[in-house]
Amino acid sequence: MDDRIVISTRDMVKRFRTRRGRVTAVDHISVDVRRAETFGLIGPDGAGKTTSVRVILGLLRRDAGESRVLGYDSMHDVYAIREHSGYIAQQFALPGDMTVLENLRFFADLHGIPVNAQKKSIAELLRFAGLTEFASRPAGRLSGGMKKKLALACSLIHQPEVVMMDEPTLGVDPVSRREFWNLLGNLRIEKGTTIFVCTPYMDEAERCNQVGLIYQGRLIAVDTPAGIKRMVPGSLLEFTPSAFAPARERVAGLPGVLEIQTYGAMLHIFVDNAARRQAEIAAALQAAGIACSGMRAIEPRMEEAFISLISRQKAEENVKQDD
Amino acid sequence: MSSRTIETLASTLPEPETPIRADGLTKRFGSFTAVDHVSFRIRSGEIFGWLGPNGAGKTTTIRMLLGLIQPTEGQLSVLGLDPVTQKKTLQARVGYMSQLFTLYNDLTAGENIRFYGRVYGLSRERLARRREEILQMAGLEGRENSLTASLSGGWKQRLALGCAIVHEPPVVFLDEPTAGVDPISRREFWSLIYAMAHAGTTVLVTTHYMDEAELCQRVGFINQGRLVAMGTPDELKQTRMQGQVLEIVSGDPDRAIRLLKDLQASGRMPFDEVALYGAQIHVVVPSADEYRDPIRRLLEGDGIPVKGIDWIVPTLEDVFISTVRVSDGGN
Repeated sequence: MDDRIVISTRDMVKRFRTRRGRVTAVDHISVDVRRAETFGLIGPDGAGKTTSVRVILGLLRRDAGESRVLGYDSMHDVYAIREHSGYIAQQFALPGDMTVLENLRFFADLHGIPVNAQKKSIAELLRFAGLTEFASRPAGRLSGGMKKKLALACSLIHQPEVVMMDEPTLGVDPVSRREFWNLLGNLRIEKGTTIFVCTPYMDEAERCNQVGLIYQGRLIAVDTPAGIKRMVPGSLLEFTPSAFAPARERVAGLPGVLEIQTYGAMLHIFVDNAARRQAEIAAALQAAGIACSGMRAIEPRMEEAFISLISRQKAEENVKQDD
Repeated sequence: MSSRTIETLASTLPEPETPIRADGLTKRFGSFTAVDHVSFRIRSGEIFGWLGPNGAGKTTTIRMLLGLIQPTEGQLSVLGLDPVTQKKTLQARVGYMSQLFTLYNDLTAGENIRFYGRVYGLSRERLARRREEILQMAGLEGRENSLTASLSGGWKQRLALGCAIVHEPPVVFLDEPTAGVDPISRREFWSLIYAMAHAGTTVLVTTHYMDEAELCQRVGFINQGRLVAMGTPDELKQTRMQGQVLEIVSGDPDRAIRLLKDLQASGRMPFDEVALYGAQIHVVVPSADEYRDPIRRLLEGDGIPVKGIDWIVPTLEDVFISTVRVSDGGN
């Protein structure tokens, strides 16, 4: 195996038995994450992000396929994986009555780090996480953003080569969210740590080298953020119509229109040729007595790309069901 | 005068042009000031976004506007009513959806609507009409007998909105209504918000998603209880961003960012921020034109290839972070 590949899955499958029958939570997922890469698994709630991470780490049994971390099999080498990887679970709970420093010592003891070595590595982690001046504060009295930073520091105490994080920025305000991502950037640059992060925030995809979009248990695209944005059909026009529903209906029937998305009071229209269709759409709407303001071509973002890819997948499924 | 009579009287009053007004609004809890002399006006039919870090005072403000808690200082008016002295009348005329979607999971979708309709005292005929309208709005036709617990996040969210506006209130407060919902459902939800505003409803919404803030007609940034900026998203991007964002594309981003961070740490370059975005680097500089060439020379002088270095339009999140940092008193 390519030793630059740190996390690898092949047709990984996890099924659950529920009251409503068997559900395939992770459906033949294959990814390769290279050393020192930041991989973002991005998708809405219930898409299968948490289950994927747990199967990869060996916390849940895999039903089919392969999954490995640093070459260790998720099913058979769980302890080796734990030794070399850090994990921040979504609902992590740090003992709130213990101070920041005591928390770090506790995790160091858990990992069997000798006391004389702890001093140096804990001081380093406190500095890294910007928590040095809060070392004696009880964890329960930290702000939401600082708690996440402490969780990150605790997950790094044994100097893992890989860190897996499940929605580490959930419920955190934008300022703390950006600080957290800056820490992840530093970690990658300074230590070459491989980072695997799950998030429902589309804009966080921009901070990853490689992104996997997951929806209903299936990976619908894996590429660089720029590569994913290139997967949208044609180019994108944006405008605000004076009458929303009639405008949408009218535009849908025009030549060169590939896809329509709504964006608040605006319509986002994917077309084959922005320059040509812009004038045609404006003219067609005007003829129908609909005014449109602020029409311009814009760069699609990760969210537009994700919506487009999901919509196409849904359309394909509907065709298959009709057959 | 009975409360019923007041209600009838209130509903005949003309809608004020600015249904939500706050002047010097302040709330202290002991020695802690949660909301600190905040003043704003929200126009009829406007979608106003209330943004701020956790604990900044967003929810406290909404709770005061709803009459759930009393201000320590300042004046408030919602639909011409005083939330402190006319709480009951006010609550009958506004809608409120919290991020917890207060639906009964063991009731069906239709039963939830009926329950809220009765709470608001709707007549049998009006409730029947509203039930149909809400089911249609939420895309729940044919699912009215499904247990709420079995509905997906997007459906639950639209049903919760429907229940919050079952009494057709002219003012609606939405507190982080889209947390944890998939992007397609979020888009559909925003279409509903726009349809409501188009029909004249005034909407005050709080959100953590900065891309949603871009959808608001006007936004207010609140930090440590104070309103630090207010305006349309475009206005804020043009006037409130401290510095400009340069996006650097390099053949060796890891070395490039190390050098840029050293330049920042040593104070040789006045960078407000240096951050890695996948393979690109964003640097906030006082002026894009002035710093573009010096940065290129420094990188190339160190043997780091520069493929591109361009000024980019800041996102609302860039502006927000910049504004909050300034109001916190620098980095």
